[in-house]
Amino acid sequence: MSADQQTGISAARAALSGVAAEPGVAKPDPILTAAGVRRAFGGLVAVDVEHLEVQRGSITALIGPNGAGKTTFFNLLTGFDRPSRGTWDFNGRRANRMRSYQVARAGMVRTFQLTKALTRMSVMDNMLIGASSQIGERMWAGLLPPLWRQQEAANREKALELLERFKLIDKREDYAGELSGGQRKLLEMARALMLDPKMVMLDEPMAGVNPALKQSLLEHIKGLREEGMTVLFVEHDMDMVHEIADWVAVMAAGQLITEGTPDQISADRRVIDAYLGAHHDAAQR
Amino acid sequence: MRRAVLLLSAAFAGLLLGLGVNSSAVAQSALGVHGTLENQQDEPVAGVSITVAQADGTEVATVESAEDGTWAVPLETGGAYVITLDESTLPDGLLVRNGRPQLEVEVNSDRTVLFPLDTQLAEGVTPEDPDESSSDEDGESAAPGDETSGDEVDEAEDGEALGEIEDEGGATRAVSLLFSGLHFGLMIALAAVGLSMVFGTTGLTNFAHGDLVTFGGVAALLFNLTFGLPVWLAAIAAVVLGAAFGWAQDWGLWKPLRKRGTGLVTMMIISIGVAMLIRYATLFFVGGERQRYTEYVGQEPWDFGWLVITPKDVATGSIALVVCVLVGLALVFTRLGKATRAVADNPSLAESTGIDVNRVIRLVWTIGGALAAMSGVFLSISDGVKFDMGQHLLLLVFAAVVLGGLGTAFGAFVGSMIIGVFVQMSTLVVAPELKYVGALAVLIIIMLTRPQGILGRRERIG
Amino acid sequence: MDWQFVFSQALTQAIGPTMLVYALGAIGLNLQFGYTGLLNFGQAAFAAMGAYGLALAVASFGLPFWWGIAIGLVAAVVMALLLGIPTLRLRADYLAIVTIAAAEIVRRLARSTVWSETTGGSDGLRGFSEAFFAMKPWGDDGNWSFLFVSMESGRLTVDLGVVNFQYSDRDLWVMVVGWTLVLFFLAVMGLLVHSPWGRVLKGIREDEEAVRSLGKNVFAYKMQALVFGGIIGAFAGFMFALSRANVQPDAFTTDFTFYFYVVLILGGAARLFGPVLGAALFWFLYNLFAQGLNQAIRADVIPPSVLDSTQVGPLVFFLLGLGMVLLLIFRPQGLIGNRKELMLDVR
Repeated sequence: MSADQQTGISAARAALSGVAAEPGVAKPDPILTAAGVRRAFGGLVAVDVEHLEVQRGSITALIGPNGAGKTTFFNLLTGFDRPSRGTWDFNGRRANRMRSYQVARAGMVRTFQLTKALTRMSVMDNMLIGASSQIGERMWAGLLPPLWRQQEAANREKALELLERFKLIDKREDYAGELSGGQRKLLEMARALMLDPKMVMLDEPMAGVNPALKQSLLEHIKGLREEGMTVLFVEHDMDMVHEIADWVAVMAAGQLITEGTPDQISADRRVIDAYLGAHHDAAQR
Repeated sequence: MRRAVLLLSAAFAGLLLGLGVNSSAVAQSALGVHGTLENQQDEPVAGVSITVAQADGTEVATVESAEDGTWAVPLETGGAYVITLDESTLPDGLLVRNGRPQLEVEVNSDRTVLFPLDTQLAEGVTPEDPDESSSDEDGESAAPGDETSGDEVDEAEDGEALGEIEDEGGATRAVSLLFSGLHFGLMIALAAVGLSMVFGTTGLTNFAHGDLVTFGGVAALLFNLTFGLPVWLAAIAAVVLGAAFGWAQDWGLWKPLRKRGTGLVTMMIISIGVAMLIRYATLFFVGGERQRYTEYVGQEPWDFGWLVITPKDVATGSIALVVCVLVGLALVFTRLGKATRAVADNPSLAESTGIDVNRVIRLVWTIGGALAAMSGVFLSISDGVKFDMGQHLLLLVFAAVVLGGLGTAFGAFVGSMIIGVFVQMSTLVVAPELKYVGALAVLIIIMLTRPQGILGRRERIG
Repeated sequence: MDWQFVFSQALTQAIGPTMLVYALGAIGLNLQFGYTGLLNFGQAAFAAMGAYGLALAVASFGLPFWWGIAIGLVAAVVMALLLGIPTLRLRADYLAIVTIAAAEIVRRLARSTVWSETTGGSDGLRGFSEAFFAMKPWGDDGNWSFLFVSMESGRLTVDLGVVNFQYSDRDLWVMVVGWTLVLFFLAVMGLLVHSPWGRVLKGIREDEEAVRSLGKNVFAYKMQALVFGGIIGAFAGFMFALSRANVQPDAFTTDFTFYFYVVLILGGAARLFGPVLGAALFWFLYNLFAQGLNQAIRADVIPPSVLDSTQVGPLVFFLLGLGMVLLLIFRPQGLIGNRKELMLDVR
């Protein structure tokens, strides 16, 4: 592990070191603050989070057993679902009424549990579509190439750099549909970076990725933090959480049951109960 | 795959082949002129005398229109005839709209002669072309892409059930319309349940489902006219054939396509192609004219004072209701029914719990085909068979299914009843020719306000 | 039996006025369905907006020709907005059902007797095309010939020996305008689909949630595609009405829309020239079958007991339906599509 990354970890961890390990605790410099977020489907309450803050520049993991409401909570925060009630601020702006594309423009960009590569488009086009505020994306301007050609060239430059970094450069003219599952995950992450996000939301970034690629994905996620981005990710795998997360929030049955550093969480009885309880229920069913 | 498609179309063509040859023979042996007198509200006009004479003036026959407005004069030989409607026998205030109570027609089959009746002579209508008011077999001669599709004459017959309701004052009319709406709703429901279940289990919006309805009507026509079976037996045979057709479609076309991983949109467009196949095969063999079974045509309605209804509508409506209830009960209580709902809810989960998804889908297609055929037979008993009857019904079926919430059988039933009643009752306020427009407008408004349907749960969509 | 006549007729039609109607309608549909993935099953209604907008304005309300064009275009835009606003946020098949229903509403309203004094009811309208044909830049009675091309009392003949093309003076003017429109819209489409705007549309077709997660206002893009495709559809309607000098409601059935789909899929969806090639082939085949069968019946090659002339229409359309199903199963990419692209697993 490089010295840079060591300092990165200590910076984020240092900032969070004095924070008490209890649900809804305040952070020194939150980029995201959610309050009273609730989503009910009919009579079933899928998400009911009283309070959650995410520290700027940290890697925060959101864990919990199946059906804990993690992905639903993710969808709410990114505007892909509407809450029954609740508010949240992102980067100083009220974000709970934003539509999904506005959330992305505000700097919170997500990926999906089942990767959404644009299969019948080239890897390069997948990247270019990510770039924000493109002149040529307006219909009338699209008719006049001179208006957008220069910007397009700059975006292409940026895309090439990212593809290089994510080791997809050789695939740039292939259809995204030809990539393997792990490569699609990489592409999705690289594409998200085309927007220059402040916060990256990763929904199960390791799901369906072969072990060889897992390590490089982990390094890329750490890399995001080094560039000053905040990362919130949903994950099942506790080992991975332990390796890269600065802070862990645990959900069960739609509620935030506890928060803390990875070490605190792995020692927490409630977390084990939540997981075991879920298994227990599942076994009985 | 190729085998299957060819087999599918060949089977259908073969089915129709016997019918086509025979029905044209029937048409040739039965020479004559007939028609239905209706006022602007599509209500029958009885007791009007019509005289048929040869071109040289020799009178052949004089008849009076019956209670249901129909009249017919069989003829021995073809050739030119003059048909005269005696305007003095029309009820007060009614006139022949185009000012042509006398028409010269060329008879070479049993042809329809229409006298459009109206309360006053429309302005600016000059009697120019008698062919405009007398319906030729133009449905047959007009290629479908042509502009003069023949359904302008037959369109009125879509509401023939209405035509049987006499104008006996607002309340009776409203009650009678309510019942005819419920009947129509049940017919829609028979088709809608299948469409909805196919959608629920496979995700396919099947644009050929309306033509399965036509298939039922045509199959019964085949058994009734060609094989001479009584209508009730022909109906049963048609439903069985409809089930077989549904089964065969899934076996020969849809299952192989699912297996190949064909996209839903592609399958949807394929279903449009299948719809065209069935429709034009029907047109090819049966012709563009509305054809009727040999029984229950122009049945004397029961008049209860507050309700006028024909026995055939009571019978078909009751059967349809019983069938709908049985299907509903089967979905809730039988193992296969539960499996069907499970597949509709979540196919991959259902598969992992040991349900044979393809078997369930095959069953859904079979039942859907049978119910659609039944709907087609019952509609044909009321209104006759026409090659595009299912196509016109399909949009109302969509409306019903969307209204009830896509993919739920119970919702489809409720939606159908609402649409059926709405369509018929709306004629109290709008012109009958616009009744479908109202129903389709409701469809769009529902989309706007409650896309999940009146019964669907919100999270079912996007 | 005159094969040369059949073949010449079919070729003449394959680049003639009606083919241009199908080409234009399918170009609009290509933007909506081919590039954006919108299931517009009401393209016939957009064409009807154009045709009836023009016909009503000129024939019923006595407005000038260009007003009629403007009204037709505005009507198409309004319809796109009305249909798009409720449905474009929903799942794709909702748009399909709403547009097919709207198209049927339009047709039934147009043929209704309630206002038939204005709309002509099921007979439709005529007498709105004089201004258009008056714009024809050449005289009515030119007589000239140049190599194998000759013009004789308003009839152009291109005699290539093996086949010959014949067009009336009016058809020729319709074709000049029609081909100009086709080329114009192809140029515009070419620029658009290769721009970042077009890239977003293709992204929406692939996965609209992904595009939304990248900060694009998917709804707005879909609406733009629906409106612009609808406008091109209205132009198809203008050409349709003008080439026949009349409009009739029953021309605008859902089958009309389906033929646009046949044309598009035949040529290759999401290919710039797909609609034009598809339209030419579709209309060529239709005429080849229809004319060939009619000729065969007339020449007693096919006895009337097997097939009589009234059955030719249904038979040809039956074959077209069959062809469409087979095409989608065995060559879903159409004439010039990319098979590899289609075989990619979508999820």
